[in-house]
Amino acid sequence: MNNIQSLQYFLPELLITITALFVIVFDLISQKKSNNLLVSVALFCIAWLLYQLPSNGGEIFNGMLINDKFSLYFKWIIFISTGAVILVSKYSNELDKEYKAEFDALLLFVLLGMFLMTNSIDLLMIYLSIELVSIPSYVLAGMLKNDKKSNEASLKYVIFGSFASGLMLFGLSWLYGISGSTNIYEIYKTIQLIDNPYMIYMSLMLILIGFGYKISMAPLHYWTPDVYEGSPTIVTAFFSAAPKAAGFAILIRTFFILFTSTNSLTVDALPLEGIDWFLIVAVLSAATMTIGNLLALKQDNVKRMLAYSTISHVGFMLMAFSTASIDAIVGITFYLTLYMFMNLSAFFMVIHVENNFKVKEVNQWGGIGYKTPILAAFMVLSLVSLAGLPPTSGFVGKVYLFRTLFATEKFYWLGIVGILNSVISLYYYFKIVKSMYFDESVIEKEENKPMLLYFFILLFSAQNIIFYFYWQPLYNYITKLFS
Amino acid sequence: MENTIFMQNSILSLLIFLPVLGAILMLPASKYLKIPNIIKYIALFTTGIQLILSAWLYINFDSTLSVMESPFTVQVNWIKHFNIEYFVGVDGLSIPMVLLTALLSFICILASWNIDKKPLGYFSLFLLLDAGMMGVFLSLDFFLFYIFWEVMLLPMYFLIGIWGGPQRHYAAIKFFLYTLFGSLFMLLAMIGLWYFTAPFNNNEGTFNLIKLIQLSPMIDSQLWGFDIQWLLWIALFIGFAIKVPVFPFHTWLPLAHVEAPTAISVILAGVLLKMGTYGLLRISYPLLPGEVVAFSYTLAILGVINILWGAMCAIAQIDLKKMVAYSSVSHMGYVLLGMSAVVSPSLAGAEAGLNGAVMQMFNHGTITAMLFLLVGVLYDQAHHRWIVYPDNYKDQELAGKLAFGGIATQMPVFSAFVALAFFAGLGLPALSGFISEALCFIGGFSAFRLVTAIGTLGILLGAVYLLRAYQRVFLGPLNDSYNKLIDINSRELATVVPIAFLVLLFGVFPKPLVDMVSSSISSLVSVIQGAM
Repeated sequence: MNNIQSLQYFLPELLITITALFVIVFDLISQKKSNNLLVSVALFCIAWLLYQLPSNGGEIFNGMLINDKFSLYFKWIIFISTGAVILVSKYSNELDKEYKAEFDALLLFVLLGMFLMTNSIDLLMIYLSIELVSIPSYVLAGMLKNDKKSNEASLKYVIFGSFASGLMLFGLSWLYGISGSTNIYEIYKTIQLIDNPYMIYMSLMLILIGFGYKISMAPLHYWTPDVYEGSPTIVTAFFSAAPKAAGFAILIRTFFILFTSTNSLTVDALPLEGIDWFLIVAVLSAATMTIGNLLALKQDNVKRMLAYSTISHVGFMLMAFSTASIDAIVGITFYLTLYMFMNLSAFFMVIHVENNFKVKEVNQWGGIGYKTPILAAFMVLSLVSLAGLPPTSGFVGKVYLFRTLFATEKFYWLGIVGILNSVISLYYYFKIVKSMYFDESVIEKEENKPMLLYFFILLFSAQNIIFYFYWQPLYNYITKLFS
Repeated sequence: MENTIFMQNSILSLLIFLPVLGAILMLPASKYLKIPNIIKYIALFTTGIQLILSAWLYINFDSTLSVMESPFTVQVNWIKHFNIEYFVGVDGLSIPMVLLTALLSFICILASWNIDKKPLGYFSLFLLLDAGMMGVFLSLDFFLFYIFWEVMLLPMYFLIGIWGGPQRHYAAIKFFLYTLFGSLFMLLAMIGLWYFTAPFNNNEGTFNLIKLIQLSPMIDSQLWGFDIQWLLWIALFIGFAIKVPVFPFHTWLPLAHVEAPTAISVILAGVLLKMGTYGLLRISYPLLPGEVVAFSYTLAILGVINILWGAMCAIAQIDLKKMVAYSSVSHMGYVLLGMSAVVSPSLAGAEAGLNGAVMQMFNHGTITAMLFLLVGVLYDQAHHRWIVYPDNYKDQELAGKLAFGGIATQMPVFSAFVALAFFAGLGLPALSGFISEALCFIGGFSAFRLVTAIGTLGILLGAVYLLRAYQRVFLGPLNDSYNKLIDINSRELATVVPIAFLVLLFGVFPKPLVDMVSSSISSLVSVIQGAM
């Protein structure tokens, strides 16, 4: 499809770009007026355009992007979480109000990049979209100009990110060298004929490094805790949700199309002949969840703890990914959806607590259970869900992830690793619960109650219960994406 | 007539969800009704109705009917995609446990009447716990069973962690982690059962425990060089063994029992421990009979280790509650020994063993509840429960000396009840513990002579710790610092008397209990003997 025709499938992205630019211009001319209304209206319009967006466009922009149901679904969950972060950001006490417009614009650029990540099918677009997400992210991490940790976070992020994307670019160029094409469907046709698996192994591993860095897979997770701790909490909340979804979207698409024998998202896959990358992913998954959990045990800073917990959740999703079945990607998408919202709810609670009580450490959370009983109860719900216990949607999601191992009769040992990790994770999640309820109240201050923040915490946390009793429609919907 | 049918269809769901309703009602009631103790009355009322309902269930229960024929069974699709059903039913295995749960819940509400710290939280969590326990005993769908099993953990965690003793935080998380560790293995086994049996059921997996009885013995493939059935058995066994608790998984128990408030200790020891053995009998035994046969010798040995280890640890305790806690470990060993007897060459021996095990589950539930309640009564007045002060006691003058002494002269009625409970605990004839323990040993002896013979030493050791404790605390000259203690009051009597009545009743007239369980037991025995 040529460029002009393709535009109709690209309207949300166009509006995001326009909004991002307009937010900056508005900030210059409006003399300190708040842009909340503007951003809210723009978000609403983007949502409406997304709702109108058809999902049967196929390859657009001359084979640079693809328009399908898979990308549309991911766009939705990415959009909802990013939108919530943008709306909630005005309550963040950390951010300098003077840079609010820049903050919004940067987030919108990242949103654009993530949208592109979900539907890139060209090596160039893959690389560019990942960079479009990464570069504003570096700035976002360093939003607190006078905070040492924030600066450190930004710098670490840049160095690590550039290194990983350099390696990925190297891997992509290998693929281009082998095949002479940048479209992944074209490349697939060529690499099938290659009889030297090491060339493909090489590029596969390098690309995995690039994607793995984005989703913070071990051993490329080192940036995560420092960046999460140093960044403003609202940015951390954002990093832990939407970019992970985008990373998984691009990982699933690229690996299923390039490196399996079936070249399709809609059938169970076998590895490309002679290249058993499933086992590699399985091992990395075990490493990721174990490292994430073991390190989270030691943390006293709530943000850092949740950062490590993010790593372990990525490990869980990789566990399913390593079986490369259709069940697995449905399970990952399902889990990712639930995970994003329970995690955002937990992070928003952290923001609320930081704003009101000025505390960062777990043991300073003492007595919060009695100071804000409703929010604390929902926080417990989110944490239980993160730990994967009934009666929450996190449990259902985890059952689906474990189930893929049985369905494909592969990597049963990974199930046992997963179980041990679940037990470990419960311990540190419940450190927060213990502080909130068991410890003596150390908090005196009256709190203020921002309505919108309340609303998002309750909404994102309530899904834990709703999707526990009523997950079938969501699961069926996701299953249909891949048929 | 129509009323009866409606009652029959809904009674099991009522038993499970009535407490949830009570818990929900508490919130507005505590806010808008300005009646003192309204929360406690709601809790008492809810559990009271539950007790009446379970009594009605017992009266109308026909032990000769199988679960599928029983009029109480309810089977509704819940999640079609996975074939998960809301499938609840009652048979001879579960009805004693249902009665026990309802009785102990009611009594525990009475026993927690003096809880004044955040009563809304305490009683609503207690009712949720009650719902979870009922759910576990009534579920016949593995998924449902698992959910209720896990749902109990959270209220328990808070109940120990907020209202418990000095080490409550550590005890709460330890209890939680241990149980979760086991139950996640159970989760794997559950998903595994679904997948491995699917090929024999038109590629449709199921969690229906009745259907799985036919399907699961057909599994015959291998993993890592082991039979899959064997791996499933191990995974399930870990899950249940931690709850029982079987040595060496028992270390969570003394801590949790000692730190929990009295009523919660009663629930822990009286009901929660039974879930382990109940799970084995409900799920592992009928689903994997071949593995039961292979494992029974190990089970008998583990049972005997439990008996002796628990008893010896109890002898070493100088804290009255800790002693009672370890006596639970010992008494659950009898249940395991009785269960292992299912492979006995003589059918009568096998049935005696299993009957004994199920009766011991019930009887231990009542006896240990009584012990914990009575220890709680003493603790409420004396504010400690040392038998002998420890060496590092804060008051060095007292360290190493007897803490009580001669309480019997000061609190005669109380001491009489303690005597009854202690004698029941050590298995004195004419009290309920004797019959079930004897049956466990009879069964065990017909299957594994040597092991059971060693196990009988447990009775002797039981006498040692119970009688010695009784002598040190209640007999001898009265310790002057306790001449202000007043005897057991009427509320406390109300908690102990019904249990004492049951202990005496089933000691001399065990027929109702035997009739309830025996026909379910014989069908279970025939399933297992068929696999030998």
